[in-house]
Formats: sequence, C-alpha cells, structure tokens
Amino acid sequence: MNHPDTLLYSDTHEWLSVHDGIGTVGITDHAQNALSDVVFVELPKPGKVVKRKDPTAAVESVKAASDIYAPVSGEIIEVNSGLSQNPEWVNGSPYEQGWIFKIKLSQPEETSTLKKASDYVAGLGH
Amino acid sequence: MPDTAELLETTLAPSHKALGARMVEFGGWNMPVSYSSILEEHRAVREKAGLFDISHMGQIFVSGAGAEAWLNTTLTNDVRRLSVGHGQYTLMLNESGGTVDDLIIYRLEDLRYLLLVNASRIEDDFTWLNRRKNANITLENLSPEFGGLALQGPESETVLRRSFDEEKRPLKRNQLLITPFEGLDVILTRTGYTGEDGFELFASNELLPKLWDRLLAEGKPLGLQPCGLGARDTLRLEACYPLYGHELDSSITPLEAGLGSFLCFDKPEKFVGIDVLRKQKQEGLSRKSVALQVLGNGAPPRAQYPVLKDGQRIGEVTSGSHSPTLKRGIALALIDSAHAEAGTLLEILVRERPVSVQVVKKPFYRSSSL
Repeated sequence: MNHPDTLLYSDTHEWLSVHDGIGTVGITDHAQNALSDVVFVELPKPGKVVKRKDPTAAVESVKAASDIYAPVSGEIIEVNSGLSQNPEWVNGSPYEQGWIFKIKLSQPEETSTLKKASDYVAGLGH
Repeated sequence: MPDTAELLETTLAPSHKALGARMVEFGGWNMPVSYSSILEEHRAVREKAGLFDISHMGQIFVSGAGAEAWLNTTLTNDVRRLSVGHGQYTLMLNESGGTVDDLIIYRLEDLRYLLLVNASRIEDDFTWLNRRKNANITLENLSPEFGGLALQGPESETVLRRSFDEEKRPLKRNQLLITPFEGLDVILTRTGYTGEDGFELFASNELLPKLWDRLLAEGKPLGLQPCGLGARDTLRLEACYPLYGHELDSSITPLEAGLGSFLCFDKPEKFVGIDVLRKQKQEGLSRKSVALQVLGNGAPPRAQYPVLKDGQRIGEVTSGSHSPTLKRGIALALIDSAHAEAGTLLEILVRERPVSVQVVKKPFYRSSSL
C-alpha cells in the first residue's frame, strides 16, 4: 500500500497536506482499501468552521458509513465536488483525484499532533 | 457480539482465507463478506455467476406419521401442496402472529421433510419445534453435519451441468434432487436468495470443499466469482427478500412484512398465529414494509435510520444500502401504512440531514429468468 512521505497522517486514517496555511484532506490508501467500494461521499459546506477531531465529512461504502474527522481546526474553504458524481475516486486515487476538502488552518501548530508516514504505517500493525 | 475466538467456522474457512476474503461475524459465524469487491461480486451474479458458502444455514429434518398435518399447524403455507421433491417458502409464527423464522420446506419423501432455516435461528427454531411436537414426530437438527453452497446467476445451470458427471434432469424452481458427487449424496435445489436463477447444494462437511473447488474451477471460464455475504445482502435487498432480524422478527407479522401470499388461511389445519393475522387482515394494517428509493444523489439509507413524512417520524429503515444495479440508495422500511402507497414522497434522516425518497413497487430488481 502507498503512504507518501510528503503527507501527515491521523490515527483515524485521514491524510493532510499543508501549503501556505491551507490543508488538503483525504483518506489514506489503507482506509480506502479497508472500506472497499466507496459509493457516496458527504461533503461539508464551504465556510463551515470545524475543530480538530470534529466529524466533518462522511464516506459510505456499500456496507457502511464512516465519519471523516478534521485532522486540524479551521474553516472549510473548498470541497471536491467531483466526488458527488465519482465517489470511486476515493478508491482509485486517494491522494489526488480523491481529496475531500480543503481547510484554512486556524491553529497551524496542531499539525504536530499528526504522524509522519513511517509512524502511521508502523501503527497499522501489519 | 461474540469474540472472534468463539465464532464458528465452516469447513471452507481455509479456502476463503486462501482466496483473500475479508471475514465478518454473521449469526455467530465467521463468514466471508467479500473476496474482490461487493460491487464486482454483485455484478458477477447478475451477469454471469457467483458461488457463496452458505454452510451457516440450518437443516432440520422432520419425519413421522402425521408429519404433514403437524407441519401445517406449525407453518403458514400449505405443505399438502408439496409433492415429493418439491419445496415452498413458508413462515413459522408465534401465538401473537410474530415471526419465529422464515424458511424453505422440502418434501424429501412421503413422510420426511427438510426445513432450511436461518443460521441465527437454528437453536430457537429447534427448541420451538420440539416444544410443539407430539409423539409421532421425529425431529433431527443435522445442521452441524451439513455444509451448503449457493450457485447463483444466469450461468449457474451451465456451471452445474459441467461440474457433475451424470446428466441432470432439469429442475424447476423450488424443486429438489438428491444426486451423487464423488460417491456421496448432494441435496440439490433450484432456489436462491439473490433474485437470479440458481441452485443451492447441501452436502456433508467432508464433501463440501471438493464441491466448492469443482464449481469454482468449472465456473471460472464462464465468469463465476466467489461471493461473500456483502453481495448476498445487496442482491437480496434489490430482490426485496426479507432478512430475519430486519424485515422479520418475533414482533413483525408476515402481513406487515408483505408476505401474505405465503399464508394459507383456508387449509384444514389452523397454523399458530392465524387468529391474530385474520384480525389484522380484517381491521387493516397499522404498519407495513415498503420499498424506498433515494431520489437523486443522496446518501444510502442504513438500518434503523428514521423515516419521516412532513418532519414527523413514521417508521424506520429495516435494511438499506447502495443498489449496485440502480446505482442509488435503496431501502426496505417498516412505516405507518397511511404513507405506504407507491409514489409517496418521504424522507430518511441520515446523520441529521433529510434525504428525499419515494415509495416504489417491490421489488427493485426482477430478473427476466425468474
């Protein structure tokens, strides 16, 4: 499985990439694989302000719904509206086409609570 | 939910693991939920063929003089209509008309019957039957000795023909045949839980892995895939087949579940629960199981989500999923019968957000081959 070194990872299997104070969030390759076929993504409304660990989006596989938690606090500034018609991007391209939302970080120091790739993969236990 | 350590495993567990199946708990069993992906396995059954391990299901044999009349008091359908080698879908009710189990009964011999029951209900069914039986009836729960496979989909008949050495006489829907495979008996039935043509095969645990391997090998060139409980659930939901514990339970009557055609009110024997059901029929139902289809691109419904009409709660989802065939959310829901008419617009509450749905006619999917 693929977990790029350039990203940060949460214990709840979101990834975060930060550029100029804007974070892009999606779910990890491990998470998409565990969920299997994603058939629906519930996106947050742009403008919504969330705290770290708030349930912010949801991803539904054929069998079950899973919450996506904000890995950092901030304001949602953009969502990947293409996922409404193409939820399978989350499976096929979890780090590129399958990104879920962009967040303007209100507390950038929170990124220190996230893991780097090697620690995240070690925590998966296999 | 029991610990994984306490879960039962079928004789095919090593095969499932070798095929890379994801396993889940179901009715006390550790069962494959999928091998490749639920969508892919679902499509294989609709278009080609799929093979399921259904060894968790129960086999209870009933025999003895008077078995026919006794079964007719115990089950809702009319076993007198069954000639040897034929089966029917039927229900077993409690005194208040609620459902003990739904099952298929086959007439094996003049005075010997096979009941195929739900995995999660084997113990309760057997206790219930024993409590009701009289001295002339012999009951045997042979579930631990039998394994089972479901071969489902349009290519099933071809796969079956290629897998058995001798030519089979054609079976009609719900017919049964006992046939040899490598010198041992296989109970072969033409039935299923997917909404496609297909077969269910029951055999000794010893024979089952050989049967599984043969059907997989013969089926592969025809597009057959091993399928897990995930696809079994989406397939049966599209066909609107009830799942015990969801559409049926000890407080839900078959009339409420929309299964009235399997109740025989005019047979000579009164079945357990008949008075409650007659009354329900006369007075009308207060709640009813309906099929709901999500309008547009809304989130798929899930069991226990509330169903609303004009903001008021009128019932709840009993089973819900994304439909791989319709490519939208579908559900069965038990709701106030005032709103059960096809075409009625309702809402399902998903994570506090209302999703628009419409009552539609059952089933969501009907195969041209059935």
